[in-house]
Amino acid sequence: MTTNVIFAGVGGQGVILASKVLMAAALKAGLDVKESEVHGMAQRGGSVDCHVRFGEKIYSPLIPLGSADYIVCFELLEVLRKLEYLSDEGKCLVNRTQIDPSPVATGAMKYPDNIEEWLGSNIKGAVILDGESAMKEAGSSRVLNIVMLGALSAYLDFKDEIWEEAIKSTVKEKFIDLNLKAFQIGRNLIS
Amino acid sequence: MEKKVLLGNEAVARGAFEAGCMIAAAYPGTPSTEILETMARDYKGVKSQWAPNEKVAMEVAIGASEAGARSLTAMKHVGLNVAADPLFTVSYAGVNGGLVIINADDPGAWSSQNEQDNRHYARAAKLPMLEPSDVQEAKDFTKLAFDISEEYDTPVIVRITTRIAHSQGIVELGEREEKGLKPYERTPPKHVMIPAHARPRHLFVEEQMKKLGDYSDKSPVNRIEWGNKKRGIITDGVAYQYVKEVCPDDSVLKIGMIWPMPDSLIREFAEGVEELFIVEELDPFIEEHVKAMGIKAAGKDITPMCGELTPDIVDKALNGTDKKDIYPAYEDSPVPARPPGLCKGCPHAWVFQVLGKLDLTVVGDIGCYTLGALPPYSALHTQFCMGASIGMLTGFEKARGSEFAKKSVAVIGDSTFIHSGLNSLIDLVYNKGTGTVIILDNRITAMTGHQHNPASGKTISGEDTFQIDFEALVKAVGVKRVVTVDPKNTEEFERTVAEEVAAREPSVIISKRRCILLR
Repeated sequence: MTTNVIFAGVGGQGVILASKVLMAAALKAGLDVKESEVHGMAQRGGSVDCHVRFGEKIYSPLIPLGSADYIVCFELLEVLRKLEYLSDEGKCLVNRTQIDPSPVATGAMKYPDNIEEWLGSNIKGAVILDGESAMKEAGSSRVLNIVMLGALSAYLDFKDEIWEEAIKSTVKEKFIDLNLKAFQIGRNLIS
Repeated sequence: MEKKVLLGNEAVARGAFEAGCMIAAAYPGTPSTEILETMARDYKGVKSQWAPNEKVAMEVAIGASEAGARSLTAMKHVGLNVAADPLFTVSYAGVNGGLVIINADDPGAWSSQNEQDNRHYARAAKLPMLEPSDVQEAKDFTKLAFDISEEYDTPVIVRITTRIAHSQGIVELGEREEKGLKPYERTPPKHVMIPAHARPRHLFVEEQMKKLGDYSDKSPVNRIEWGNKKRGIITDGVAYQYVKEVCPDDSVLKIGMIWPMPDSLIREFAEGVEELFIVEELDPFIEEHVKAMGIKAAGKDITPMCGELTPDIVDKALNGTDKKDIYPAYEDSPVPARPPGLCKGCPHAWVFQVLGKLDLTVVGDIGCYTLGALPPYSALHTQFCMGASIGMLTGFEKARGSEFAKKSVAVIGDSTFIHSGLNSLIDLVYNKGTGTVIILDNRITAMTGHQHNPASGKTISGEDTFQIDFEALVKAVGVKRVVTVDPKNTEEFERTVAEEVAAREPSVIISKRRCILLR
C-alpha cells in the first residue's frame, strides 16, 4: 500500500519543511519514502508543491494524476491547481488563507470568491481549515506548515512518538516545543 | 549501516565524500547548487570552493586531479557549455586522481533557459557517463564514477536531472575511504596537448572507449529485469521509475551507464522481447543508438521530445491510459497564475521602475533581475545566457549606431558580471563602443539561494577573503565613466542613468544595494 501526499502552497509558507517531517516519520516507521520538489523560480513567491509517497516500495517520485490520498494545501486558490491529482476517496485539507497572486495584486485579475463553497459542493473529501486562528493559538505566525501537518496526521497511522521524533529531528532545536504545540493544535482541528 | 533521507544533490555530495574526494569546485546553478553547499557544510574533509564560473571550476578540478587528488566539479546543464572547452581536451589527457563531473539537466526548464540534453556531451567529448535513477543511486554512482575514472584513466560525467537532484529519498550511508594524494609526476606527453601529443592521446581515448563499452555490458549499473516478454522497455534516469510505476509486469533494460552504451546487453534484451520500446526524457539518444544497431523500436513516435516525462505521460504512451475528465475542474472563474516575482523591497525593482520610465531598451542577463521582464515592470527585453548582456549591447550598437546606444543599457548582476561579463566589457571598450552597463550589485549570488562570490568577500565556508572592488576593476579595463549609486534613491538613479546613456563613451553604473533577503 502506497500513500500519496501533495503539499501545496506559496513560496515562503514552509511547504518543503512539512514534507521533510512527513518523510522523517515514514523513515522511522520503516517505510520506503520518496519526495519531489521544485526549487529556483518557486522561491520568488511562486506556487510551490511537494509530492511525498511512502509505502513498502516506491518507484516514481511523482504522484500520478488521480491518485493523491491527501492534498494538504496552505493557500486557498492553490488547491484548484492540484485537484487533478486527488483520488476518488482522497482528502483535501485546505487552509482558507488567501494570498493574492501578482495578477490579482496588480488588479489585472480577480481572486475567485466562491472557492470554499465550490469545494464543499464538488469535492467530497474537502476539509477547510482556519490556519490563521490555529497559528494565533500556537503563538507564532510561522508554524502554518506544522499546523497543517498536524491536521494531516489525524488521518495517518503513525504513532505519536514517531511524529514527535520526526519533528525533533527536522526542525531547529529552539523551535521544537513551539512546533510540537502547533502540531497538536493542527491535529485537534480534525475531530 | 545508517539510513537517512537525503536530497539527490546531498546524496551526490555524500557519494563523493565517501569516495575520498579531496577537492570540489563549482559555480551555483539550479538544479545543481546544493551539491557544493552540502559538501562545504557537512564534509569539511573535502576542500570546497565556489569558482567564478563553471569553466574555472572544471579547471580547478582538472588541476587537482592531475596533481593526484580525487576531484569533483558540479554544474547545471548550461554550465557545462561554459566548461566545454576544457572538457573536450581533458578527455584526451585523462586523470591522475579520479575526476568526476556532475551535470544536472533540467527537463521541463523549471529554472533554466533551455532543455538541452547533455547526454550528447558524453558521446561528443568521448567520456563515460553514468545516470542514476534515484537518490540512493545518486550516491552510489558518484562513488563508482571515481573508481571508473581511475581505472580507465578518464574523467567521468554523472548526469542527474531535476527530478533526481531535487528529489528526496532514503540513502544507506557508507564510510569515507581516505584515498590520499597519488604521486605526481610531470608527464607532458599526457598533459601538454600540442598536436603531436593530442593525436596519440586520441588513439588512446578510442581504445579506452572500447574497453568501457565492454565494462558497460558487464557493469551492474546496466541490468535486465525480465518480466513479461511480450513487451520490453529500455529506459534511463528517472524515466525508469515511471516505467516501473505504470508497467510493473513488462521486461525492462535499465541503463545506468548511458555512454558508452551496453551494446551486447541491448541486443540480448531486444532478442528476448516481442516488441521493443524506449522511454527516455528529451532527445532520442538511446533510440538513435539502438536503431543504428539495426534494431526496431518505438520511442519518440509515442513519447514527447519536449518537457519532462511524468508517470502519466508514460502511462498514456505505453498503456493508452487517458486520465482526462476524471477529476472535477473549477471553471467558475479564471484561476490567476502565480508567477514568481521580485521580492518586496528588492533593489532591482527600483532599477526597473527607472529603466521603464526612461523607456530604454534593456539587454538583460541571468539572475533574479531577469524577472524585470515580467509585469509590472516589463522593462527587460532580451536575455540569453550567463554574461551575454554586455556583448549583445555592443552588437546592438554596432548594428543600430551610437544613437541607439543612448536609448539602451545592459543590466548584469554582480555574480554574473564576474562569471563572464568582464571579457565583454573589455570588448566594449576595445572596440570603441559607447554603451552603458549597469552592474546590479546586491552583494550576493541571489537567484540560486545566496551563495558567496568574489564580490561578497567571503568564501563558500564564510571565511573572509579578498573582495572585488568593481569601480577599480572596470576603471582598469578602460572605462572612465564609473559611478556607484543606490537604486533606492530613485531620483538620483534616474538622473545618473539619463546622463550616462547620453555620454559618448562607455559607462558603468554600479547599482549597489544589498539583496532584501540578505541578513
